[in-house]
Amino acid sequence: MARVFSKKRIIFWALVALSFVLLPMVFDGGFSLSMLSQMGIAIIFVLSYNMLLGQTGLLSFGHAVYFGLGAFVTAHIVNFIDQGAFWFPITFVPIVGGITGLLFALVLGFVTTRRAGTPFAMISLGIAEMVAASALMFTTFFGGEGGIVTNRTAGGVVAGISYGPQIQVFYLIAGWCLISMMGMYAITRTPLGRLANAVRDNPERVKFIGYNPVRVRWLMMTLSGFFAGVAGALATVNYEIITAEALGLMASGNVVLMAFIGGINHFWGPIIGAVLVTLLQSALSTYTQAWLLYFGLFFLIIILYSPGGIANILAVHAPVIKARLFKSLASSYLIIFLASAPLIVGTIAVIEILYRGGAILGMSALVSWSSSLVLIVVGLVVFRFAQRRVKSVWASLDLELRKRGFV
Amino acid sequence: MNQNVSLRLSEVRKSFGSTSIINGVSLDIFEGERHAIIGPNGAGKSTLFNLISGRYGLSAGRIELKGQDITNLDPQNINRSGLSRSFQITNIFPKMSVYENIRCATLWSLGYRYSLFRRISTIRSVRERADEIIELIGLGDRGEKLAGELTYAEQRALEIGITIASGSDVILLDEPTAGMSRAETNAAVELISKVTTQKTLLMVEHDMGVVFDLADRISVLVYGEIIATGSPSEIRSNQLVKDAYLGTQEGVH
Repeated sequence: MARVFSKKRIIFWALVALSFVLLPMVFDGGFSLSMLSQMGIAIIFVLSYNMLLGQTGLLSFGHAVYFGLGAFVTAHIVNFIDQGAFWFPITFVPIVGGITGLLFALVLGFVTTRRAGTPFAMISLGIAEMVAASALMFTTFFGGEGGIVTNRTAGGVVAGISYGPQIQVFYLIAGWCLISMMGMYAITRTPLGRLANAVRDNPERVKFIGYNPVRVRWLMMTLSGFFAGVAGALATVNYEIITAEALGLMASGNVVLMAFIGGINHFWGPIIGAVLVTLLQSALSTYTQAWLLYFGLFFLIIILYSPGGIANILAVHAPVIKARLFKSLASSYLIIFLASAPLIVGTIAVIEILYRGGAILGMSALVSWSSSLVLIVVGLVVFRFAQRRVKSVWASLDLELRKRGFV
Repeated sequence: MNQNVSLRLSEVRKSFGSTSIINGVSLDIFEGERHAIIGPNGAGKSTLFNLISGRYGLSAGRIELKGQDITNLDPQNINRSGLSRSFQITNIFPKMSVYENIRCATLWSLGYRYSLFRRISTIRSVRERADEIIELIGLGDRGEKLAGELTYAEQRALEIGITIASGSDVILLDEPTAGMSRAETNAAVELISKVTTQKTLLMVEHDMGVVFDLADRISVLVYGEIIATGSPSEIRSNQLVKDAYLGTQEGVH
């Protein structure tokens, strides 16, 4: 291992592992435990996706195919175990999912990775549609609309672990999440990982340094399929049911959103996206049925104001904080924060009035309409003002940072 | 004689549709020589480079690299056989660091193919070669910078660095000084002569000063045909060349 990871990295990973162990002790409710499990699965899935998008420059609209196929094959394997056809420890079924994802990515990737850019995106969309359609046609394998139901305790009790209690499933997910993160991070440090970056930047030039860009894409796709399959298998174990939705376009779109919100240009970015989106999906959906609309707005704002995602916001502030210059930004950020409050409240009010089908006409409606509109207008005006201020502060900050050699 | 030929073009032709760009070029480039191809705009110089390096397929003819037939091979296979090229329009990996640009270019020749089981920073031969190249092209203090953020002249130097990083012994440079100031051009000439010692160099160049400084031999390409090949002084005094090119379209420095 010493060859693969430096000492500093080993300490870092140990800290990550420790935080995984401690997390369910801090957030110990049933709801938070299932949410943490969901986050772990999402992190593996979105990181596997970013091997394509962020590292190899492949915008795939069909990544859930490898997640879903890994999940379905795992579900059948678990059911075979349950029926006593053979025995295999549940702890290691993610390997089954991973190999499934890898094999499908190997075969389908052979076709899709011949092209990059828009043609690749379109072919990936076509394949996703094809697999989703097959899922509804081949009902013996995919279980039709009801999906495939499994029993995660099929392996019996091994070393006191039955995978009955959710906490045990969480630790299973956390363990595989750690291994997958380390694996995918290590890949970025290998010759292949670096060549993937080169292919992303300039595939034509890669040929003239002796490499076949198609081969690089294909290999990255295959590896990415493995980790997507691992995530799918864990989803099977976690939910004990898998339906065709898992490999559909919605699921493929979701992982694109997670990656972009988190930030595709940093290895850690998509993790932020996975955590945040999972949080939004589970938390927000308990408060309002219009949560998808809020989610859409949130995505829009991120793409408009920080195309590099949340990771990029953090990254540009790192040198400012290092140079101890954050104070100069703080006041403008406070104004933005204060301006956002009426803007957000006003927007939410409008959406909820419309969505809940409340009184749209009449005296009370007039009051609620006008007050929310006032809030929005006031918010917008202050926001514009603060935005301009932030811009000018940033311009002088940038000069200062360059002068001091922080950028 | 055959032993000394690094690159041999025999009756090479290329046409796009009905337009014929290269009309039967035959040329021997000797081992260790610096050979320049000059000619007016649209003569087919860049097309010839694209044929040699495998970017385009040939319509007819044959190309041999050190006695090995490389006609219509893929660019990567030609590169692996020991021919490396640069581009007229800067062609680097803009979102990677300068060091990483060089490092990736060294990998294949040092035997690390699509390697997945080595940490790149622990490979000594790669690190040593990359350090050596980055010093050679004068970007030693720019290693951590993103390639896309370099100045134009620095990017041109990096372009040459990527080209020579694989250690190929046949180097093709496509207008290495295009768009440079006089001072930058002088620096580039110095760099080129430094990095191509002991190597075979074939270059396309517009700047006659650069050509007459660097080249051992010159070939003049006009309308897809080589009308003369010879030493700089032979080319200067060649009447055909004067008529077709030097005297009329561009001045001699």
